[in-house]
Amino acid sequence: MSYDFQFAFIFQHMDQLLWGALLTIRLSALSMICGLAVGIFGAIVSIHGSAPARFAVTSYVELIRSTPFLVQLFIIFFGLPAAGVQVDANVAALVAMTVNLGAYSTEIVRAGMMAVHPSQVEAAQALAMTRWQVIRHVVLTPALEKVYPALASQFTLMMLASSVVSAISAEELTASANLLDAETFRSFEIYLIVMGLYILLALLFRLGFWLIGLVVFKRRRRLGVARPRGNR
Amino acid sequence: MIAEFSWDQFIFLWEAARWTVLLSVLAFIAGGSAGFVVALMRTSHLQILRTLSAVYIQIIQGTPVLIILFLSFYGLAIYGFKLPPMVAATIAMTIYTSAYLGEIWRGCIEAVPVPQWEASTALAMTRWQQLRYVILPQAVRISLPPTVGFLVQIVKNTSIASIIGLVELTQAGKLVSNATFQPFLVFPIVAAIYFIFCYPLSRFSFALERKFHAHR
Amino acid sequence: MPIVEIENITKSFGSNQVLNGISLSVERGQVIAVIGRSGSGKSTMLRCINGLETIDGGSINVAGHKLTAKHEHLIELRKDVGMVFQHYNLFPHLTVEENVMLSPRIVKKVATEKARETAIKVLTQVGLEHKRDAYPEQLSGGQQQRVAIARSLAMEPQVMLFDEVTSALDPELTQEVLKVMEELARGGMTMLLVTHEMEFARRVADLTVFMHQGKVWEARPSKEFFSDPQTPEARQFVGAGNIK
Repeated sequence: MSYDFQFAFIFQHMDQLLWGALLTIRLSALSMICGLAVGIFGAIVSIHGSAPARFAVTSYVELIRSTPFLVQLFIIFFGLPAAGVQVDANVAALVAMTVNLGAYSTEIVRAGMMAVHPSQVEAAQALAMTRWQVIRHVVLTPALEKVYPALASQFTLMMLASSVVSAISAEELTASANLLDAETFRSFEIYLIVMGLYILLALLFRLGFWLIGLVVFKRRRRLGVARPRGNR
Repeated sequence: MIAEFSWDQFIFLWEAARWTVLLSVLAFIAGGSAGFVVALMRTSHLQILRTLSAVYIQIIQGTPVLIILFLSFYGLAIYGFKLPPMVAATIAMTIYTSAYLGEIWRGCIEAVPVPQWEASTALAMTRWQQLRYVILPQAVRISLPPTVGFLVQIVKNTSIASIIGLVELTQAGKLVSNATFQPFLVFPIVAAIYFIFCYPLSRFSFALERKFHAHR
Repeated sequence: MPIVEIENITKSFGSNQVLNGISLSVERGQVIAVIGRSGSGKSTMLRCINGLETIDGGSINVAGHKLTAKHEHLIELRKDVGMVFQHYNLFPHLTVEENVMLSPRIVKKVATEKARETAIKVLTQVGLEHKRDAYPEQLSGGQQQRVAIARSLAMEPQVMLFDEVTSALDPELTQEVLKVMEELARGGMTMLLVTHEMEFARRVADLTVFMHQGKVWEARPSKEFFSDPQTPEARQFVGAGNIK
């Protein structure tokens, strides 16, 4: 049986899909900023916090990493109203993505901080820096520079995973595709094009992160190397 | 009528979890086999094979699992018949797994030190013999931690199948939650069941990683 | 009034008693060389002076700051005591100038322009002003160590501690660092150096302290010590170093 592929028809509705793509970018970008902030905070607590605080962070990270994102999303979207908090789908999506990304970022940033050689910390202490000054100026910056590729990679994964928030009808690319599908019933073409859009988004994110890396990490830009060699 | 969250509901969740396990196992076996082929293609000395497999991996890794699932679900609908959700989910998870495991295993094959290739070449082995007796056994050891780690990803991603109606654990959770109006009770329990599967696997992968590094 | 007064300090790592009752007095402007075998406790003693290691017993008075088994005010103390490490420990993500400016800026709250002036001054002192914008990895070991010295000097310390600062350097590079240290000594800086450079110790240090098994075995003017070590352990150690 032959099938009438109607791609042209879909391209007429391209603006709907492109708008969805823009929403995905916005949602992802917001969750990355918030998620990274959570991650840095979590990493610092997991190294310098009190025993109960460290336990709390570890539990948070392990719980998120061992449960599906979709279930986390449902707990936030369906669960919170039951506890009296009103949430709209987009907000729930952002919160779920932030919570999820925050856990993975905590792990990644923590690994970066642990990789800073203790002698760096000693040198900073010998220069009379307080604990917070040491963390901020001598540990965090090299740590973030070192784990930047891992963070960028995790962020891109989160962008792809954001398609799942369509399950609660939050607004992004997959949800736009679902709407278009309900209107036109051209499922296969729609999702094929959407697949292409996501691949493009993933490439766009990779490029974006590379550029951001050049801007933020001055040393990289000047020396053109991924990370410093030698010198403890 | 609001149902009570009783023992029956709890059992219902566990019964649905069997589908989660089944889907995961099928995805791992089928996806693993395909992934093995992909990894071999990625490390072949034929440029065309390397390129084809690289493109395949890039495409799949750049696509959300949900989209792969929709394509697999709606893909055969163009021929008129609706694919049962379990079949569509298995196909989608297999494709997803094959790309990721293929890439992971490629890395493991490449991680086997070059001198191993040189030594086995010097002993007049053919490429297949090298792979079979020297390289792959070492690659397998290297691959154990990340492979077990990815298994966790597979289990978590089976939750996507709920969106096309497969009654695995997440979907069962939704159904029970709708019936009992207690999402704040049901979904954490669902999460706990996933945790019971995934956390030990995660620790196992970590332990394997430690054991492996202690060896070297 | 000695600027550094170490009184009977003890320290152990687990069951290993590393410092067995060390006492030492340093006057302002003196240069003290501390020598001895690895494991004799010399680096540990040095690290106790700026609080990187905590002492189990005894007390240390440095530039008016007191350290006991429960020390406080380490930040204040460290503003007056600089330390240079064996492996330089420059901050790899900062340029040379930024490395030197960092602590004065954030600890002593010096304005950026003033901090930069000081940085240029100390970098010129060690002969590396022209490398201000380089990153540590672009410099040789000797250059990095000189930057490390400049970095400590920028804090205007009253006492400088040197922990085997030439041990990780190739012989050609050692000289440039020793030259800087000698100039510093001539300029009147109070210095304690743990070193294996016997010739340097003999020539530049006012006092040489020989440590062995966690105790001070000898503490005498350098020229006397090296020409005639009194204890057999010292004689054996110095003899192994071939000093005339």
